[in-house]
Amino acid sequence: MMEFILGHYNYWIVIFLMMLGFYTVISRGNMVKKIVGLNIFQVSVFLLYISIGNVSGGTTPIIAEGFTRYSNPLPHVLILTAIVVGVATTALGLALVVRIKEAYGTIEEDEIHDQDQSL
Amino acid sequence: MIDILIDIILLSFLAIIAIAIIRTRSLLAVIMLFSIFSLLSAGLFMVLDASDVAFTEAAVGAGISTVLMLATLALTKSYEEKPSSHRPWIPLLVVSVTAAFLVYGTIDMPPFGDPNAPAHQHVAPRYIEQGAKETGVPNLVTAVLASYRGFDTLGEVTVVFTAGIGVLLLLGGRQRRKKKKEKR
Repeated sequence: MMEFILGHYNYWIVIFLMMLGFYTVISRGNMVKKIVGLNIFQVSVFLLYISIGNVSGGTTPIIAEGFTRYSNPLPHVLILTAIVVGVATTALGLALVVRIKEAYGTIEEDEIHDQDQSL
Repeated sequence: MIDILIDIILLSFLAIIAIAIIRTRSLLAVIMLFSIFSLLSAGLFMVLDASDVAFTEAAVGAGISTVLMLATLALTKSYEEKPSSHRPWIPLLVVSVTAAFLVYGTIDMPPFGDPNAPAHQHVAPRYIEQGAKETGVPNLVTAVLASYRGFDTLGEVTVVFTAGIGVLLLLGGRQRRKKKKEKR
């Protein structure tokens, strides 16, 4: 039982972090906070992939004398790509926030909704 | 053993910081907490044997993301989140149901660090055995990134390019619009 919990602790905490990010995105009205929530979600997905790629007793996948067991390099490569893409999408989201502020004068979802209703 | 202990402590720290981010109203504090979150996750990547990912996360995740968010705060001049008027029950329900499904999905996953997990049986052994010989690069992550899966990077560049054009189109008109307003 203890072994089962230790073996799945990483996955569960990652899911908890994911859900915290998800909750921030759907329950908060402030756009900047929504994007921070999206980023938390993103980082937790990275952690999930890296956790799956880990091999106990292994080392960083750099070939060297005296090591025979390495972690799986493939998830590392995928996540390297994902981090850079993540920053690009964050930048686009933040640019949208700046543009929304210009058009509506606010970045709170409720106020934007009210302005749309009163038109 | 010490690895697992550090892993558990760092993961718990991450969870605490994420809760603090949800509860904090000041946007400046939220962004700083997010930066700490990114840096801690970079430390965790290092513990999980992913040193290349740790470098990138520390530089790009904790560095550039934070700068972009701070720039947004400066441009929008809003530093305080308004308290939410909605009840939190519906989001909480959605989140709990999703979490239940995800936890159910992890139950038959191989335990953390299992060398016989299916994820390590397919292409990874070939990369580890042949990668250094075939590409001449001892760092397997670099070998896979630049050689075996070079097209991934092409796709990545396409996304970054598209996002760059998007940002330019969204913000490039700012100066012109401002001038027009002044003329009126």
